[in-house]
Amino acid sequence: MTGRVLMSAQGLQIRFGGVVAADNVNIDIHEGNNLAIIGPNGAGKTTFLNICTGYLKPHAGRVVFDGKDVTRKSPRQITRLGVARAFQIPQLFTEHTALENLLIAAAARDRSWKPFTALGAIPEREEMMHLLDMVKCTSVADRPVSELPEGQRKLVDIALALALKPKLLFMDEPTSGVASSEKFEVLDIVAKALAEAQVTAVFVEHDIGIVERFADEVAVWNRGEILFRGEPGEILSHPDVIRDVIGEEV
Amino acid sequence: MALRKIIPVLLVALVAALPLLAPFTQVMLTLALAKGLAVLGIIVLLHAGQVSFGHALFFAVAAYTAAFVGKSFAGGELVAMMVAGTLVAAVTGLFVGLFVVRYRHIFFGMLNLAFSMIFFSFLEKFYHITGGSDGLQVLRPSVLGIEMERTGFEMLLFYGSLVICLAAGWATWAFLRSPIGNMMQTIKTNEIRLEYLGVSARATLLAGYVVSAALCGLGGVLMAVAQGIVTPEYAWWIRSGEFVFIAILGGANSVAGAFVGSLVYEIVRTYAAAFAADVWQMVLGVFLLAIILFASDGLVGMYNALMDRLGGKGGMRTDDAREAAE
Amino acid sequence: MNTQLFALAIFDGVAYAALVFLVAVGLTLIFGVLQILNVAHGSFYAIGAYATASLGGMVFAAGFSPYLAFPLMLIVAVLVGIALGGLIEQFLLKRIYVKEGALQLLVTFAVFMILEDVQRLVWGVQPYFESSALQALGNIKVLGITYTVYQLIVLPCIALAVLICLRLFLRRTLSGKLILAVTEDREAATSIGIDADRVYLLTFIVGAALAAFGGALASATTSVVPGMGADMIVLSFAVVATAGLGQIEGAALTALLIGLGRSFAVYLMPELQVLVPYLIMLLVLLVRPQGLFGIAQARKI
Repeated sequence: MTGRVLMSAQGLQIRFGGVVAADNVNIDIHEGNNLAIIGPNGAGKTTFLNICTGYLKPHAGRVVFDGKDVTRKSPRQITRLGVARAFQIPQLFTEHTALENLLIAAAARDRSWKPFTALGAIPEREEMMHLLDMVKCTSVADRPVSELPEGQRKLVDIALALALKPKLLFMDEPTSGVASSEKFEVLDIVAKALAEAQVTAVFVEHDIGIVERFADEVAVWNRGEILFRGEPGEILSHPDVIRDVIGEEV
Repeated sequence: MALRKIIPVLLVALVAALPLLAPFTQVMLTLALAKGLAVLGIIVLLHAGQVSFGHALFFAVAAYTAAFVGKSFAGGELVAMMVAGTLVAAVTGLFVGLFVVRYRHIFFGMLNLAFSMIFFSFLEKFYHITGGSDGLQVLRPSVLGIEMERTGFEMLLFYGSLVICLAAGWATWAFLRSPIGNMMQTIKTNEIRLEYLGVSARATLLAGYVVSAALCGLGGVLMAVAQGIVTPEYAWWIRSGEFVFIAILGGANSVAGAFVGSLVYEIVRTYAAAFAADVWQMVLGVFLLAIILFASDGLVGMYNALMDRLGGKGGMRTDDAREAAE
Repeated sequence: MNTQLFALAIFDGVAYAALVFLVAVGLTLIFGVLQILNVAHGSFYAIGAYATASLGGMVFAAGFSPYLAFPLMLIVAVLVGIALGGLIEQFLLKRIYVKEGALQLLVTFAVFMILEDVQRLVWGVQPYFESSALQALGNIKVLGITYTVYQLIVLPCIALAVLICLRLFLRRTLSGKLILAVTEDREAATSIGIDADRVYLLTFIVGAALAAFGGALASATTSVVPGMGADMIVLSFAVVATAGLGQIEGAALTALLIGLGRSFAVYLMPELQVLVPYLIMLLVLLVRPQGLFGIAQARKI
């Protein structure tokens, strides 16, 4: 447990009809400590991300980021405090090219509306080209994102979050949709970018190999609860985890 | 290649020269330009994927403002009318916008319609203020303090409108390709992501809404002055529908399309409507269907396709053609 | 406002609400399934009214019983639903389900424009008035007010019957269940083998027939004039939006609310009569953007 507490979830509770998606969830996210969230489908992992980023409001409990209570804040307000999110299904601007997607993100970050400057001519262009280079998408910079294969869309989606220069980044299954032969390479790219920008990451992941390699800490979710939490080596070899979570994955 | 850029310049020159060659076209062209400005407002919103069925509201608000300015200040002053009309339309747009930008698609379209219907009833019912269905007269205003003869005034109004349209067209074109213009476009494709970038989708749409209301307002003032009278018909839903129709006809994705569409529409309406007066709406409806189903980029899209074919590889992008058109 | 005037306003409001409900429920049904706001719905209403008034005029002029008006109304509704609704869905809407929402709206708007002129060509611009059905049933005295049986009893009963039948149809019959399944989750429904195309067609025909039925019933109470379709589409949209898109029972209650609001305005503030439905809609949506009975839905991300 290095670093100060960046975000803290306290007693989160949420139900959808009869289904409990979060049941007294308490967890601290420490600066510089990459946290992996694992667990079976329907365990409430994405719901947790939705609550932390303001997309859902919990029925009880609170979320504190950087000392501020953000439980009732909107995704927009939380984003502006320094929390970014990459999505399980890439959420892109489908009528724009990969570069334009990033330029929009850069303009949003710097709050530069510039009504008479062309988007392609804003000063952040160099920086965004560099970011595209980091996620190995330079060759498709000028192609509409709707034409890109899933793996590259995923990378552009992550790059959009990185473009905001967040303090904390949530990633929902960053390697789903990426060919298994490329998964490590993709996360290597992302991990390097994260380290370079000094961003703390929380990521939901099904691939145990990825978790072992990139997480500093693992939290195991089931039925809206955190069952186990600790170092990857210790958690991933726990017999209950192997039986209930990892077993299912294989 | 160069042809693609030369033709729009020639077209602008042709429109500018037409009243000299055929003076009877001048008023019609002025009206077309006025409507073109309102259509430009529609195109700004279409950029965000939203259709308003009530933008005649801003057209009428500004037109009536011009009429009041004329009534209150002995005939009025053209520049003051334009400034006041556009400003009142923009402020009305801000207030109506605060409400409607919370909604999308059909709700957006129909709530705009509701607001325009409310204003329409107001214009009809409150006779002592608005002149009821007879409307208000708009006397020929002075221009920067100079009283003008009718012919001179009409010519000035036409060329003034042409310059205003070119300037407004250029400004809108620049606005749409700017960072905020592109953010507005993302309301159509992924509003949630825009919020997750820390930008308020509603505020972004509101900015576009006010711009579009102001453009409609400017068009409304020019129309009021050119026609010399304002009536509740300015706010009627048929008028709003006409703006949307012209936007689709010209090419919903292009600034030049607003003016190309409105010029073609006005010419056809003036000379062909006489032959099809009973079925005019039907003709419009059939055209609208045909464009949506078979030529969804409108006249400008057809022009670009033609140029692509003539130019072989089609090396130039629509943007360049648009730029040339301005 | 004395008791009699009060009662009169309520009677007017209920009779009017019954008609508005028939049109609005078709609109909301179509939206629920096809996700299209059918602007041409107002035309179905107007055509139903024109057809009933003109055909009825001929039938009664030939000396037949005025009670034939009722089967005639049903026949007109079914014919408009199948002939007009069916054709439009098959040849037009089918091609635009993949297009963006703004264009779908414009397509039905175009159909509306075309049908407006079709009415003018077929029936001219002279108003039609054919109230045989209304007169045949005579009057009734309630609370000291003489009112027509047709408006006070028949119209509300028919609206109620339609509401109940629609409920039973959707919940109890196979076709109805298929419609509900598609409304709930289009993708899931098609993936388990439901023929969405047929469901769309059926829904559109039923919705169009309901609008035409509303028009047919209305024709006995008012003169049939050009422009009535435009007024009705805006009004029924106000009902549907206030209730919440896709809400059938909600549309009934909201039609009543708006019908009563309008009829009270007629007696209290006549100049506001046209505005009341919009004001109610704006007020409701300001507080509840999803409508009175609608459920706010978040997109899955």
